[in-house]
Amino acid sequence: MSGTPSHALSRRSFLVSATATAGGLLIGFRVPLARGQSADAALEPNAFVRIDRAGAIRVTLPYVEMGQGAYTAQAQLLAEELEVEIGQLTLEHAPPNEALYSHPVFGDQITGGSAGLRGAWEPLRQAGATARTLLTQAAARRWRVSPSSCSAERGEIVHASSGRRIRYSELVDAAARLPVPKNVALKSPAQFRIVGKPVNRVDTPDKVNGKAKFGIDALPAGVKFAAVAACPVFGGQVGTIDDTAAKSIRGVRQIVRLEDAVAVIADHTWAARKGLAALKVTWNEGANANVDTQALVAECNAALDRPGVTATTHGDVKAAEAQAASFYDADFRLPMLAHLAMEPINCTVHMRKDSCEIWVGCQRLALARRMAAEASGLPIEQITVHNHLLGGGFGRRLEADYVAQAVRIARHVDGPVKVIWSREEDVQHDFFRYHNHSRVRVGLDANDAPISFSHKIVGPAVMARWLPAFFQNNVDLDIISVAAGTYAWPNVHVEYVRVEPPRGLNVGNWRGVGASRNAFVVESAIDDLAKLAGKDPLTYRRELLAKSPRLLHVLNKVAELAQWGTPLGAGRGRGIALLDDFGSYVAQIAEVTVSRSGQVRVDRVFCVVDCGFAVNPDIVKAQLEGGIIYGVSAVLHGRITVAKGRIQQGNFDDCPVLRMHDSPLIEVHVVPSLEAPGGVGEPGTAAVFPAVTNAIFAATGKRLLDLPIDTTQLRNLP
Amino acid sequence: MSQQLSINGVTHTVDVDDDTPLLWVLRDVIGLTGTKFGCGIALCGACTVHIDGVPRRSCITSVRSVANASIRTIEALETTPVGRSLQKAWLDLEVVQCGYCQSGQLMSAAALLAGNATPSDEDIDTVMSGNVCRCGTYGRIRAAIKQAAAEIHQSAPEGTR
Repeated sequence: MSGTPSHALSRRSFLVSATATAGGLLIGFRVPLARGQSADAALEPNAFVRIDRAGAIRVTLPYVEMGQGAYTAQAQLLAEELEVEIGQLTLEHAPPNEALYSHPVFGDQITGGSAGLRGAWEPLRQAGATARTLLTQAAARRWRVSPSSCSAERGEIVHASSGRRIRYSELVDAAARLPVPKNVALKSPAQFRIVGKPVNRVDTPDKVNGKAKFGIDALPAGVKFAAVAACPVFGGQVGTIDDTAAKSIRGVRQIVRLEDAVAVIADHTWAARKGLAALKVTWNEGANANVDTQALVAECNAALDRPGVTATTHGDVKAAEAQAASFYDADFRLPMLAHLAMEPINCTVHMRKDSCEIWVGCQRLALARRMAAEASGLPIEQITVHNHLLGGGFGRRLEADYVAQAVRIARHVDGPVKVIWSREEDVQHDFFRYHNHSRVRVGLDANDAPISFSHKIVGPAVMARWLPAFFQNNVDLDIISVAAGTYAWPNVHVEYVRVEPPRGLNVGNWRGVGASRNAFVVESAIDDLAKLAGKDPLTYRRELLAKSPRLLHVLNKVAELAQWGTPLGAGRGRGIALLDDFGSYVAQIAEVTVSRSGQVRVDRVFCVVDCGFAVNPDIVKAQLEGGIIYGVSAVLHGRITVAKGRIQQGNFDDCPVLRMHDSPLIEVHVVPSLEAPGGVGEPGTAAVFPAVTNAIFAATGKRLLDLPIDTTQLRNLP
Repeated sequence: MSQQLSINGVTHTVDVDDDTPLLWVLRDVIGLTGTKFGCGIALCGACTVHIDGVPRRSCITSVRSVANASIRTIEALETTPVGRSLQKAWLDLEVVQCGYCQSGQLMSAAALLAGNATPSDEDIDTVMSGNVCRCGTYGRIRAAIKQAAAEIHQSAPEGTR
């Protein structure tokens, strides 16, 4: 629906189209029938559902639960087509298994990219419908009636005309002998009774009484506890260790030396931490000992002046620029960011001679298993991973470095060991969102209307390491996502200059991914262009969105909700931001107050989302609310800096995040839609960066091009 | 040294150094994992427990200091009417996302309502701002505390209000 080629190339757009059209991409959706013919006879027509003779319906959930409601939504999809109540299901974490549980588009077992529900949407409904079809056929055979005269209701097959009913459990043996149908009819949205409803979440009752088990809660019998310190200079190694004092601490059992880290193993975490504090370690700091933030930023600045690789081109920007009456030019600079999930990084491992058992919460389970195999030296079949609830992911748990590290520690330990990183370790050895700079040039005609849009992006190619299929022709498809927005620019050019951090400084995915950088750039530029043209930011956007009805609709709706155009007091302003990514359309309006001393308070955020069919509208709202809070924390405070090769922050004192008293009031409206579902975990975060800075612009006239916002630039402004 | 602790009405004997924070005794020694580690220096509130009814950050509370106290953790929240009302409100309003911080949030909220049956927004903000939630559930937490307060108020017998 976008006029810009960058949109056509964008990763999330690709996701949507591929998911919608390519049943053939559904890797491993069906498992061999033999699996259903085990000794404890059960109906197991695919890798997601298993019904046994006792009536237990076990559902295996491929997308992990990290607060985004994945378990509830997946249960809804399956229960809907299986014609049972959610309460009749026993829900289980999927084990690592690329063949069975890979995301249809990512091609690996990944929960991320706001893509889980889109990955589950067809397969889980088909899984339920397949089982229901087999049970219906089995009942019809038994009664010698036509399957079409039977229906499924709440765990029973019903023959309405004769009034006969039979429970699924009694049909399991017969159904398991039938051939699994290749095609099954799915219900239409009009027939849904569970999908599309704000049903209660399945994971929350145990989260209000202390019973929920996160990775950090695993307590295998005989477990010991490890405190760990990696070389504080990234990329450095352990030099010498004097463990005399550490070993004298009561409860300390063992000191483990890895190449790049030391660990103290003890009877409980406190003894381990005391032991670690008492350990005298010298580090071989290596090549990064003098790296600092200024140098990293300077490198990105210099890269802005270098030509890049063409990522997208559409029309003829050069010719248009030759005709331009004037130009809008702006450079944007985004900082390094840490994730700060509430559950610090941890992993529990029991290494035995010929096996390795792991307890963890991870967004990328099969990768965790592969890395554990490599770190343990065992064949992958010998690695067992028990997944757990995640105490926040935000992209940090899309990595599995901590699993490999825990395995390397566990190789030295007799019995299971739980490795818990301190909060400081969690911050300082994060896989950061890296520096990301952008240069925008817009050619304007004599009436200040845009005739060309060019955007050069500088940053690392995370996809080249993390998901090579999304690194094509030397372009990281994530970092260029939504690089031109959805506006009707007549000519577009997007180019990419790859700048990698120093070796050892790890960078990865952060909630909102590419969109969390480019939405800020594009929506800031659009706001400036409106000002140049002397137009209201709402009107200006509307004019450039004439061919984008869904985006236009959310824009108009949010303007109505926020009462755009009504007066606000002195020092206050409203800012708009739009985002078309992850298969969803989001419009936000932030309201801010800027004090005379330059302090910014985000008072309210209005958000309208068209995410296609909302499988659980309340979870959609919650995701947008939470995404906005996560983004506002970053736009106001988020910055990780480096000095002498060390990360300078470590805890919630020097990484401030929003708390209840400084959080905005948030109002989310979900647009009813029957379109294919889109993702909702990340758009709220990505869109709120520019919504806030545009509101600051409205309040003060000051355009902030660098993040996080610099309050010194906002002092004593009108 | 060996020490006795009263946790949720049960006496536990533990043998740890007396500077050991209660958090690690609960989690690693006794196996009550509902109380969470978040920051280790009383900045995030995930480890909040009640010591003689007062909310305390267990990550900086030594076992020595609670030797003669009544310790209550999230696992015992449901034993009090305030706790049950809060749990119900939390679920009614679907406050919870990842849930990792919610033990601490609930324990802070329970202490608030025990001392202030009708808290204002400002009262709620003051108490609850010590508890970080990275999923951003603050708005729903505030609403749930109010719902629980209203429910407790309604169900309280005449004369005790």
